[in-house]
Amino acid sequence: MQGTLPIFRRELSGYFATPVAYVFIVIFLILTGIFTWQLGGFFERGQADLRPFFDFHPWLYLFLIPAVSMRLWAEEHKSGTIELLMTLPVSRGGAVAGKFLAAWAFCGVALALTFPLWITVNYLGDPDNGAIVTGYIGSLLMAGAFLAIGACVSAATKSQVIAFIIAVVICFLFLLAGFPPVTEFLKGAQMPEAVISAVTSFSFLTRFDAIAKGVIDLRDLIFFSTLIACCLVMNAFILEAKKA
Amino acid sequence: MSTRIELKELTKRFGGSGSGGILAVDRVSFKVEGGEVLGFLGPNGAGKSTTMKMLTGFLPATSGSASICGFDVAARPLEAKRCIGYLPEGAPAYADMTPEGFLTFCASVRGLTGEAGRKAVARAVERTNLEGVLRQPVETLSKGFKRRVGLAQAILHDPDVLILDEPTDGLDPNQKHEVRALIRELAKGKGSGDGGRAVVLSTHILEEVEAVCTRVVLIARGRVVADCTPAEFVAKSRFHNAVTLEIVTPDRADVPAALRQISGVSGVEDVEAVDAGAGRRVRCVVLAGKGKAVAHEVSHLVKARGWEVEAMRVEAGRLDDVFRDLTCASG
Repeated sequence: MQGTLPIFRRELSGYFATPVAYVFIVIFLILTGIFTWQLGGFFERGQADLRPFFDFHPWLYLFLIPAVSMRLWAEEHKSGTIELLMTLPVSRGGAVAGKFLAAWAFCGVALALTFPLWITVNYLGDPDNGAIVTGYIGSLLMAGAFLAIGACVSAATKSQVIAFIIAVVICFLFLLAGFPPVTEFLKGAQMPEAVISAVTSFSFLTRFDAIAKGVIDLRDLIFFSTLIACCLVMNAFILEAKKA
Repeated sequence: MSTRIELKELTKRFGGSGSGGILAVDRVSFKVEGGEVLGFLGPNGAGKSTTMKMLTGFLPATSGSASICGFDVAARPLEAKRCIGYLPEGAPAYADMTPEGFLTFCASVRGLTGEAGRKAVARAVERTNLEGVLRQPVETLSKGFKRRVGLAQAILHDPDVLILDEPTDGLDPNQKHEVRALIRELAKGKGSGDGGRAVVLSTHILEEVEAVCTRVVLIARGRVVADCTPAEFVAKSRFHNAVTLEIVTPDRADVPAALRQISGVSGVEDVEAVDAGAGRRVRCVVLAGKGKAVAHEVSHLVKARGWEVEAMRVEAGRLDDVFRDLTCASG
């Protein structure tokens, strides 16, 4: 993993050196606010928890995360800096990890900045803070999965627009996999039970839902971690294939 | 002297295997010793950049091998890359970073952190005269400065092998001069080990070769067509030792025939009557046969005939002529 740390630092400070970070964070916070208070009916529910907050995360991430991941590699391809990066003494795995971790840490910062919600809910009532922590962990894991998919797509193209759109579509498929209409459709199409459960098991929605409720299932953690690892390995392979 | 770079039958084929695809680099072999500045010449698309990309480990070779300081680029890429300073074509750099940030990043990737990193950056900045623009984003810099940032990045770690892909391309004459002076100076550096530093620079600007290189490798269509010193390279020209003559004589029509009589003269070309001087002036180029010097005989003849010499010049040869001959011939 040669070179991970310097690349991680460069990437992370790169976010904050440009308006990207501030625009992203502000929009993320505004949208979480709107979703939680307005659409989620935070007050109307009369419950001291952050369910309405977490429930909208998958849909928020669907568009915001690909916007973060799209530039990861596409920009390097476009500007030719990939040649510089890959001829420095860094391993491919190290570069992939460094970039991914920086993007993930950045999302973590954005997520951490939602802490006023947590303070609010503690001020207003007596929430289950364990469940909230679990929710944050789940949300971060899901963000990582979205990011890894986006990074992988970004490695394959030099166009950030293409990287964005394809990443949104793939993430959308992962989200939809467990959406009731899709499951209904598969049932209607006389699909065998094994296929339906296989498709459903890939769903971000079902898995995140469980974590957001405060239930940490080892299988869900393994699912997200494996997905991230697979995408990153694929990311490295795509980089190699693209050069040759 | 020790071998810094060694290419063995290095080959690159793009798209498709076997006999399909485009053969960009075709069994290129040569060695570069420490202390050498090798000018890697060739027309655009001859495979210069591809060869350099394989040398630096960016592109995998289809077959053959390359080693840097004894490390095979494919088998031990990290060790090889540590020995190399590389300026890719166009000197790419992260546009939103400042030269300072960029160089610090490159230094830290190369394991130069803290005090060692600061020193390395300061030294590279000093050698490339970047002091004035250290805190300005790279994207706002002029082409000349961007190139210097790229060069600074390449020499940060005082590498034993310096590979520069078209270091002066697109620069104005002043900037070219500066970069060449810098390259000459860098070549003198001894690198981290003993045995001297090897510099490989690609170019299609021929004067550059005479200006900075100690050796020339010319490739065309992916193959090495010449590997020699710049002087030998120039000597391949049919204009090598040719005498350019401008004389005044009443019977200028006889001049070419008289010159052709000299032993060792292989031809008289570019005969041109000059209207000035009452129409008695003539200019021509007397070509010397291979390995012959004819200047002496020509001056004898001039004296014997009583021609008035306006100008007489012995040519070393014409680079562009050799370049064209070698890269266009043997289809």
